[in-house]
Amino acid sequence: MENFKIEVDSDGVALVTFDVPGRSMNTLTASVIKEIGEIVERIKSDAEIKGVVITSGKTTGFCAGADLGELGGNGGLGGGAGGEAGLKAAYDAGFALNKAFRALETCGKPVAAAINGLAMGGGLEIALACHYRVVADNPKIQLALPEAKVGLLPGAGGTQRLPRLMGVMAAAPYLLEGKSMKPAEALANKVVHEVVPADQVVEAAKTWVKTKGDPVAPWDKKDFKLPGGGPYTPTGGQVFIMGNAMLRKQTYGNYPAQLNILKAVYEGTQVPFDAAIRIETRYFLKTMMSPQAKGMIRTLFLSLQELGKGSGRPANVPPSEAKKVAVLGAGMMGAGIAYVQAMAGIETVLIDQSQEAAEKGKAYAENLLKKAVSRGKMTQDKADAVLALITPTTDYAHVKGSDLVIEAVFENREIKADVTQKAEAQLAEDAIFGSNTSTLPITGLSKASVRPKNFIGIHFFSPVDKMGLVEIIMGEETSQEALAKSIDYVLKIKKTPIVVNDSRGFYTSRCFGTFVQEGLEMLADGIAPAIIDNVGRATGMPRGPLEMNDDVALDLGYKVTQQTKKDLGDKFEDRPFAPIIEKMVVELQRFGRKNGKGFYDYPENGPKTLWKGLSDLAPVTIAEADQTLIQEIRTRLLYRQAVEAARCFEEGVITDPREADVGAILGWGFAPWTGGPISLIDAVGAKAFVETCDGLAQKYGKRFAPPALLREMAEKGETFYGRFGAKAKAAA
Amino acid sequence: MADAYIFDAVRTPRGKGKKDGSLHETTALSLATQVLEALRDRNGLDTSKVDDVVLGCVSPVGEQGSDIARTAVLTADYAESVAGVQINRFCASGLEAVNMAAAKVASGEAGLAIGGGVESMSRVPMGSDGGAWPTDPSSAFKTYFAPQGVSADLIATLYGFSRDDVDAYAVESQKRAAAAWADGRFKKSVIPVKDQLGLTLLDHDETVRGSTTMQTLASLNPSFTGMGEMAFDAVVTQRYPQVERVNHVHHAGNSSGIVDGAAGVLIGTKEMGEALGLKARAKIKGAASIGSEPSIMLTGPALVSEKLLKKLGMEVKDIDLYELNEAFASVVLRMMQALDIPHDKMNVNGGAIAMGHPLGATGAMILGTVLDELERSDKETALITLCVGAGMGTATVIERV
Repeated sequence: MENFKIEVDSDGVALVTFDVPGRSMNTLTASVIKEIGEIVERIKSDAEIKGVVITSGKTTGFCAGADLGELGGNGGLGGGAGGEAGLKAAYDAGFALNKAFRALETCGKPVAAAINGLAMGGGLEIALACHYRVVADNPKIQLALPEAKVGLLPGAGGTQRLPRLMGVMAAAPYLLEGKSMKPAEALANKVVHEVVPADQVVEAAKTWVKTKGDPVAPWDKKDFKLPGGGPYTPTGGQVFIMGNAMLRKQTYGNYPAQLNILKAVYEGTQVPFDAAIRIETRYFLKTMMSPQAKGMIRTLFLSLQELGKGSGRPANVPPSEAKKVAVLGAGMMGAGIAYVQAMAGIETVLIDQSQEAAEKGKAYAENLLKKAVSRGKMTQDKADAVLALITPTTDYAHVKGSDLVIEAVFENREIKADVTQKAEAQLAEDAIFGSNTSTLPITGLSKASVRPKNFIGIHFFSPVDKMGLVEIIMGEETSQEALAKSIDYVLKIKKTPIVVNDSRGFYTSRCFGTFVQEGLEMLADGIAPAIIDNVGRATGMPRGPLEMNDDVALDLGYKVTQQTKKDLGDKFEDRPFAPIIEKMVVELQRFGRKNGKGFYDYPENGPKTLWKGLSDLAPVTIAEADQTLIQEIRTRLLYRQAVEAARCFEEGVITDPREADVGAILGWGFAPWTGGPISLIDAVGAKAFVETCDGLAQKYGKRFAPPALLREMAEKGETFYGRFGAKAKAAA
Repeated sequence: MADAYIFDAVRTPRGKGKKDGSLHETTALSLATQVLEALRDRNGLDTSKVDDVVLGCVSPVGEQGSDIARTAVLTADYAESVAGVQINRFCASGLEAVNMAAAKVASGEAGLAIGGGVESMSRVPMGSDGGAWPTDPSSAFKTYFAPQGVSADLIATLYGFSRDDVDAYAVESQKRAAAAWADGRFKKSVIPVKDQLGLTLLDHDETVRGSTTMQTLASLNPSFTGMGEMAFDAVVTQRYPQVERVNHVHHAGNSSGIVDGAAGVLIGTKEMGEALGLKARAKIKGAASIGSEPSIMLTGPALVSEKLLKKLGMEVKDIDLYELNEAFASVVLRMMQALDIPHDKMNVNGGAIAMGHPLGATGAMILGTVLDELERSDKETALITLCVGAGMGTATVIERV
């Protein structure tokens, strides 16, 4: 056996040590599954073996579960032959883990898990299939079934054993949200039996095997009762009735994984265990085969991981490290950037026009640090050290020695030009100047720079400390060195970089803008505002388009539109909603959430309510929504963004589908269930997508017209990941 | 097809459906048995002529399980040859039982049949029988399941009924029920429930509160706000996105009461009536059931009435009296709004808001009530209907002969 070592001690306890060669972490590969089968045979047939303890030979943890790369590639288990034979084969393959773990559970001899580190997914599931679990007393150890987070279902008994241990209600967040538990929590939840010091896990497990060793799982005993009761008991029934509703409230029916998990729990807890795991495997496969799972695994796991390793970085530039970085502008963005930099150990100069403003920016970091300390997440010493890294000042002389400057002043070309020149006067030849603009083209801004090669866009998202994405924008003259250094910086502050080329709104703001604008189009079409926002939320976007307009601020949108109008001249197309916005902003001062009145009113006590006066500006002609209209609104909102993303490909604004998808979900909250707008188009198929868009263009205007690239792809039957994946593959 | 005639209709009074209700110490079987006994004794019935007894019951478990209809046939000392079947169409079970009995008569399967229902909600609580619809994620998720109270509030929200509107309806229902009792309008059908010794346990509907006013109702908090806010408002607004916020207006005072009771209707062919010397009081002119959107659930009455009237070649105005179960005030207000029915034709002697809704029996009870009223006020036709769980509606049109 290559993955396991078996040592039988004088008491007949076999210590099985899990240690996959050549990997930093134990994962459940095909050869591991095969060998578990062999181990079970040995346990059964070897009379010398009285019981078993399973532990890990890795310091990195117990087991990280299945390899999502193996599962996700090639469509995973569901990607085999079609028809009934194909399904049957997929079922057998999908059942392999369940079968192996169940064989272990029913081998007739007591088996204990000595969990000496993290146990995730299948890694926790193998432990759950043991009769006894001992965990090292280390609060950093995570025990979790995180499958649902990437659109999957725990498919190795997790949906069956966890509810049987904890009860359905208690298990729900761990199954449906992938919430993880620390050892103490696991003990309280009755998911593990003992928490002992790290160096005693194996011994404690052995002691149980030798002294108490019961080889029958609770659910295989005659008197077993599901904690909290099954679906047809008074308390258990309520759990499912409320659970179904909560799930719809939270997922809007967009996530098959969560629904299938609940179905597997509902159906599985009503039957004996062997039938239960068959049911689980069927739902596991159904989930696996959904486009949502495919898109989510790819974008939220594989691509995110690759981009997080700097896959978009030019390979020929030597690694760099930003040690000192100046931030120009101590407003909300600048202050947030200063905080994340300092957290990453970067010496930070925070500049603003007045010392007071600069200090205020530093206070933002101070507040966040205070919170972290009060919550026990950070020591006071560490917090002090982080804060000491930030120097608030008005004096550009402090910029000297910076490897990088991040400009985060007002979105005004003159102001930006002024601070660029002031900063560059202090900078070394090879220092990089990054502008955190969200709308102004970089090439234009770089005209103010004496070193346009070193001038680049580094676009953060608000709130900076929470948002994981940074959009790096290449100006026409920006060098590969500047790009590499910027990516190195972004990775150092633990954000995910995507790289795009210059264009109005770049990639993220441009595509996001189409979502909020489509909501306004609908308003002008006469659709009731409640319908627009309710269906908008139901698409899986974080908020409806109208409330999103309120959050972004209507006057800001209005100003951007006025600027664009000025810039584009005759090419600018006025939309029917423009007069509504103009009246709200200019005449009625309804700016949105920030002044307590926009599309919504924001009463002090109680939730926001739609502004009653809106129907005077935008008369409602469509007051009811049947399923057809709901579907059409949904399609308009999602496809409008997706077709814009496709245009960005055609124009070369973005070139890597992984970056387009990750950027969309992390940057503007594009419906995660799709795996991103590009995965959405690929899942629908270019042909069908083009047809739908043509229909929408005819009905609603050319903003839906598919670009030539999409038509070509439709004709050739291509996908984005197929056509543009070469770069992704080469880099990976 | 033969015509199905109604010879008699009886019902028990409705007892408060709680442990301190007057009928709580009587079994559901006893309620059903006393109804069958009354039908036999009032009509001097040769029970061997009865082919089948169809009883609605919504929670057919425990003492209401195992086909309570056949069990009651036996305990009522009907002839051994009389069959019995228990059916469930949720709240319309009692009316559906009448319709099925009538269909058996019309088709020639039966010469004489009884349709009715029984529900002891104090002894077998609502929901005791479980059921996949709200529980199984496969059905709950797909159909945007919400509890009836939330659906009733959704109806009020969508069709613009305010808290005052629904409360005003409830006040009127109480007033009408109290007046009808005072006027003796129910005495023809109501049979007192006897105890184990044969003494009268209850002879009137126990939950009627003629003194109800807008002020007394105003003090009641809406019942479904918490449940709605927790999850179900979000569920129904996903199905009805035009709703910004569900307006929770229903409470115990403007919803049907939880009560115990039973009812039965004696139905047969003209020939059988003549042979047994039974006087036909009315004819079943037609019946229908429909499915409607399950999340809003309770909009079936207007839809099924339209279907039935169309089938009968009738118009809304051709019906003299409407009897719609007062499951929730908004259900009745919506039907009156949808079909433009004046309030003085609708539930003229009050309804379940005042007198209660013993789930499996109500349909048969309100049919008897409106038949009595047709005779009392010398009118011809009535339409009886109920909203039904999971989105259905059942209706029957009767005509005096």
